[in-house]
Amino acid sequence: MDALAYARKVPEPEEAPPLRSRGALAWARANLFSSIGSTLVTLGCVALVAHLLPQLAAWATTRAIWSASDGAACRQHQDGACWAFVVAKWDYLRFGSYPVAERWRVDVAEAIGGALIFWLLRINAPRRVWGAFLFFVVYPVLGLILLHGSSWLGLPSVDTQLWGGIFVTLLTAVVGIVFSLPLGVLLALGRRSPLPVVRLASVVFIEFVRGVPFITILFMANNLLPLFVPETWTPDRLLRPLAGIIIFSAAYMAEEVRGGLQSLGRGQYEAAVALGLKYAPMTGLIILPQALTLVLPGIVNNFIGLFMDTTLISIVGATDFLEAMNNAIKDPVWAGPTIMVTGYVFAGIFYFIFCFGMARYSAHIERVRAKGRM
Amino acid sequence: MSSALTDDDRGDNAAIRFIGVHKWYGNFHVLRNINLTVGRGERIVVCGPSGSGKSTLIRCVNRLEGHQRGSIMIDGVELTDEIKRIDEVRREVGMVFQNFNLFPHLTVLENCTLAPIWVRKMPRRDADELATKLLARVRILDQAHKYPSQLSGGQQQRAAIARALCMTPKIMLFDEPTSSLDPEMVKEVLDTMTTLAREGMTMIVVTHEMGFARQVADRVVFMDGGEIVEVNAPLPFFQHPQHGRTKLFLSQILHMHH
Repeated sequence: MDALAYARKVPEPEEAPPLRSRGALAWARANLFSSIGSTLVTLGCVALVAHLLPQLAAWATTRAIWSASDGAACRQHQDGACWAFVVAKWDYLRFGSYPVAERWRVDVAEAIGGALIFWLLRINAPRRVWGAFLFFVVYPVLGLILLHGSSWLGLPSVDTQLWGGIFVTLLTAVVGIVFSLPLGVLLALGRRSPLPVVRLASVVFIEFVRGVPFITILFMANNLLPLFVPETWTPDRLLRPLAGIIIFSAAYMAEEVRGGLQSLGRGQYEAAVALGLKYAPMTGLIILPQALTLVLPGIVNNFIGLFMDTTLISIVGATDFLEAMNNAIKDPVWAGPTIMVTGYVFAGIFYFIFCFGMARYSAHIERVRAKGRM
Repeated sequence: MSSALTDDDRGDNAAIRFIGVHKWYGNFHVLRNINLTVGRGERIVVCGPSGSGKSTLIRCVNRLEGHQRGSIMIDGVELTDEIKRIDEVRREVGMVFQNFNLFPHLTVLENCTLAPIWVRKMPRRDADELATKLLARVRILDQAHKYPSQLSGGQQQRAAIARALCMTPKIMLFDEPTSSLDPEMVKEVLDTMTTLAREGMTMIVVTHEMGFARQVADRVVFMDGGEIVEVNAPLPFFQHPQHGRTKLFLSQILHMHH
């Protein structure tokens, strides 16, 4: 190497990285025990978890009451969860006051909805367009007829006042998600429209809704909506909070989507326009697919927020899952010190499963997209 | 040779005609009294220092930029604000960008078939066939089902050329097509463009590749400060530049290349 001119004759061999930088041991050393302070924190956390976790597990499993016909057993064993309460109230928690003889209709509607969502969520699902058509067009109509009843089909009418429980929570979440995303996309496009009236209307809507608490929107939907529509067509008691949640979520969705639209380079628009594409195909085929992919984590975050906000519709008189749980807890037959904790832990697990599921699905999509485009 | 013709001779047969075109960005006068007629099948290379308005000039042809005074005729159709006419012109004018601007969420093949299907209303099978033919012509057929990010810069730019050709344009605009390429990929793109020129495509190419200009161009247009300073056939343009600014520019750019 000392010579001024140099040409390689033998290739430099490829070597494995040094052992120290790999493996669980090296990772632990670097991340958990890098200093005295971090070692103390690590050991403290491990001790805390080791102390709490077995107790929690015992409370939820070995010491829990799994079956009982009333609250007597649970009142005797106060150091464990009272799952028997959840089991006994399960039907009420699922359906609310929906008539017992008609509950199969909810089961059918949930099964169809679940199957369609599963179809649509699979990546590279076959005939996804058909799935989307069934889910967004056929299913809402079919579901409404099934749940609300139709004299034609001999299905007795069930007033929405009787609807309740997990069924209403899922319904609210699905309706909210299905309508607020398209509405949000339209608002985001409207906000960037060259037409001043459209732009102004979008801005006013978005900024107004974002500047008002969700509960206020719910009250407004509940009390003002009937004033704005013809007297003969009084909006349903459940429809009003649904409209409220759609309006609220759409405004946040719009801002999320706008972020995606803004982060796309001008080149994409120019290339589309130079090829002769008009506004609609350019937006639908070039701009939105990229913008929505970019802001997918934010959109899912909004979905998760929406799912948790469904608990607030009980304020205007709808019986969602949490409200049904509140009602169940008040049942004197089951009254006891462990009932409330058990009920809310169960509700927490329920909400966690759905929200965590959405977050994981979004992460999964992001990984797939990242791989596809590198 | 077409360069022997005057602008007026070419008049009726012109592919593109700029007549007294002015353009401003705010107060900044980017294009000043542009008069240029491009005949059918003619290859024009536009060069000039950065900020001279050469990109703006060709972006006016497909109305990515609007001009404020004068008129631009494309194939006998005057460009105005009328959306219908703009769409008409854009269907006939293909454009290749410095940064390729391929659609990253679509495969190379889908990039090529999108406009034929949605603008020309071509059946998918015909569009696939056309795209396959053109991808073969730019020699990246084996990359058809990959996404743009999986291709090298040179391959991406050739895909962009194929995408524009899929609309069977009468005119092709190239806006510094090799400026963002690694040096070893410039040649493959220039070769593709040379082939296209040999087949008689009307082309306006904004580039600093003087070798390409010498070899392919019918006329070279030199712009500076928003105006056309000199227009000539390549041989006299390079050997006997008339204007002082042309001489200065050529000495700078040729110095850079040697």
